[in-house]
Amino acid sequence: MEPEDFDHHTPIEGTTLFDGEMAMIGYALNKMCYSFNNAEAREQYLADPEAYFEKFGLNEAQKQACRNKNVLEMIAAGGNIYYLAKLAGIYKLNMQDIGAQQTGMSVEDFKEKLRRAGD
Amino acid sequence: MTDMATILGGLTTSHIPAVGNAIARGLKDDEYWKPFFDGYPPIHAWLEKHKPDVAINIYNDHGLGFFLDQMPTFAIGAAHEYINEDEGWGIPVLPPFPGDAKLSWHIIEGMVEDEFDITSCQELAVDHGFTVPMQLFWPGLGDNPDMPRAIPISANTVQHPIPTLKRALDFGKSLGRAIRSYPEDIKVVVLGTGGLSHQLDGERAGFINKEFDQMCMEKIVTDPEELTKISRRELVRQAGAQGTEFLMWMMMRGALGEKVRPLHQNYHIPISNTGAGTMMLECVA
Repeated sequence: MEPEDFDHHTPIEGTTLFDGEMAMIGYALNKMCYSFNNAEAREQYLADPEAYFEKFGLNEAQKQACRNKNVLEMIAAGGNIYYLAKLAGIYKLNMQDIGAQQTGMSVEDFKEKLRRAGD
Repeated sequence: MTDMATILGGLTTSHIPAVGNAIARGLKDDEYWKPFFDGYPPIHAWLEKHKPDVAINIYNDHGLGFFLDQMPTFAIGAAHEYINEDEGWGIPVLPPFPGDAKLSWHIIEGMVEDEFDITSCQELAVDHGFTVPMQLFWPGLGDNPDMPRAIPISANTVQHPIPTLKRALDFGKSLGRAIRSYPEDIKVVVLGTGGLSHQLDGERAGFINKEFDQMCMEKIVTDPEELTKISRRELVRQAGAQGTEFLMWMMMRGALGEKVRPLHQNYHIPISNTGAGTMMLECVA
């Protein structure tokens, strides 16, 4: 096996591989998002997000990303998309909504981009 | 006359959560959904004819059964039943799925003997990756008289390092040997779920690669070994960050043996953010 096979950091455009390095940065954020599998936890978060951030020990970048509801910032702060999806779900955002947000497109344009991939 | 387990074949499908919602809301004939759901009736007919006793459901957990605190690379369910739970975004929670713990332990014994290091799970909450394929293949689930017992196998595609394509195919080969050495006259179908190309995160969100998906659907029938040459990084590049779920298809394929007969396939873009592939492969004795 070539050594570069182990280098997950070779850039792939517009992509952050969630690996050990990102997992270390993002643990608190992802753990908070994992808690949202529970309905009571979701209510608790919505009632007082700041207290909920503290409970899970989020760092400032993670808190700010959540306040901004900005998925790219969450990813930069170590968020894993499968867990972030649970946070997005609290705000009733689906995968096309957050896809549009991350690509700077309208939701309609993003859906059209998906459709065109089939042409 | 056999008194050993046989593998009938393999089925693949995407397991997108939105499909679960579409089923719950009765949208199968909706314009958006019809080209996707139309891929399933030939599989229903095949399942009704062959009536497998057990479905080995190979999927990837997305943060219900496992968190990043303890992340098994390969986990096999060894429970009498598997519950589904709230995943946080409103997909309806389904009744428990009956398991086959005895066969699970036989597989675990066989594969560890075969030098695969397995995480065994006597309790495992199964998420949409497992439940959506069960709903697609056995509509009605518990109300469907043909619904088989199920054994979940989850591979890590959440956090790198993920398994290589070669490891996934080898896993399937070992799984197949373990199933075929089970001394009971049962029929088994192996599900490879997830994919195909999609990317949910980053500026490249919405990436779908039709050409790559179609190549994978061809090669998985004729030459899965060729696919093992694709590095994990290349898989991410070509299939998208979450297109790594193709690993589950490779695990399924390995279990089927050298030759398979492709009986049916469907491919549709997009379902949610994904190129959705459905295949039915029969083992050639």
